[in-house]
Amino acid sequence: MNGAHDLGGMHGFGPVVREENEPVFHAPWEGVVFAINRLRGWLGYSIDESRYAIETMPPQQYLASSYYERWLYGVERNLLQKGLITREELEAKLAYFREHPEAAVPRREDPARLAALERELRAPARFARPVDSPPRFQVGDAVLTRRDQPRGHTRLPRYARGRRGVIQAHHGGYIFPDTHAHGRGEHPQHLYTVCFEATELWGASAEPNERIYLDLWESYLEPAA
Amino acid sequence: MSNSHHPPAPSEAELRTKAIEALLIEKGLLSSDVIDRVIQYYEQDIGPLYGARVVARAWTDPAYKERLLRDATAAIEELGYVGNHLRVVENTPQVHNVVVCTLCSCYPWAVLGLPPSWYKSFEYRSRMVLEPRVVLREMGLELPEEVEIRVWDSSSELRYMVLPERPAGTEGWSEEELARLVTREAMIGVAKVQVPAPVGGAP
Repeated sequence: MNGAHDLGGMHGFGPVVREENEPVFHAPWEGVVFAINRLRGWLGYSIDESRYAIETMPPQQYLASSYYERWLYGVERNLLQKGLITREELEAKLAYFREHPEAAVPRREDPARLAALERELRAPARFARPVDSPPRFQVGDAVLTRRDQPRGHTRLPRYARGRRGVIQAHHGGYIFPDTHAHGRGEHPQHLYTVCFEATELWGASAEPNERIYLDLWESYLEPAA
Repeated sequence: MSNSHHPPAPSEAELRTKAIEALLIEKGLLSSDVIDRVIQYYEQDIGPLYGARVVARAWTDPAYKERLLRDATAAIEELGYVGNHLRVVENTPQVHNVVVCTLCSCYPWAVLGLPPSWYKSFEYRSRMVLEPRVVLREMGLELPEEVEIRVWDSSSELRYMVLPERPAGTEGWSEEELARLVTREAMIGVAKVQVPAPVGGAP
């Protein structure tokens, strides 16, 4: 979707500011949000669903939120959508903690789950899948990216739509985010790395001697003349 | 009456996180020890030292470097690091690579741990694909126009790490000494690997 998250090429942001020796999490709640989302596989939603949920944030809110505030938004949306928590339960719990700020989150230990976690943390995340059809493109082919504006999840950013590029690599089949983010199945497609000349993307505004590479699924691409 | 004994009211984010965490624990969907361990793992157990060791190995072992560039996921597994779909891109005097995720914050956790805030910032995400040479200069890396810049926008589950150039003056160094030079900024592509100046100033 054409959400605020699709930031490539946007103007108005200033210099990149780096924090010296920054902590991984700037507050304990950030770590908790991270952990909950990291365990989305156990909770029952996918990385594609987690990304799309954040993308649905109203643009003004997206741009005014911190990184983990956006994750929190996505976690809440996914938990509600999957029916793991209800809106009523959440409102009641919020009211409770507002009235009793000194109350703590209950502690429960689960040694069996903890043991399973060690395997989960070190398990490779694998998104590659077999595809029945042969690849439509090969390295060196000129391609044109699609120009349509999907309202759902997609990984073709606006700055690279309707643009001519060259296939730099073919990676085999991968889960297709545009369907997977909406619970419509994995539908793996051939994935390619496509190389774009900066001038193709930015015209006369491009800096010299630059190329931008994007990983794009086959249905994002058409053969170019 | 002094307010010094009252902690500041929790932020909305803190409150919502607390409520969600409590519900998940009460429902048995997650447990406290599991949440704590995830946080600990990502705070302490993984980080850029892994990537630095991969770089040092590639610098000192040409056959390993060739395997790394051909199939990085398998190559890092040789060193005991498990990751998803990694691609390593090599910097040379003619070509400089830099990695970004304009759409969110995709980053090679397996070799670098969690990304720094600046990598996830709107500033970096919006500008690195548009004007990398300017942004890199602002960040302290000057690249002449003759050097080709390649920006890798991580739009899939492939994860990108830069193999920076080995700095001059490190001939004969051990892998361990070399790994200590390699910063995560160099492995993202916003810096080169430097040999620190000798203590007490240059002769």
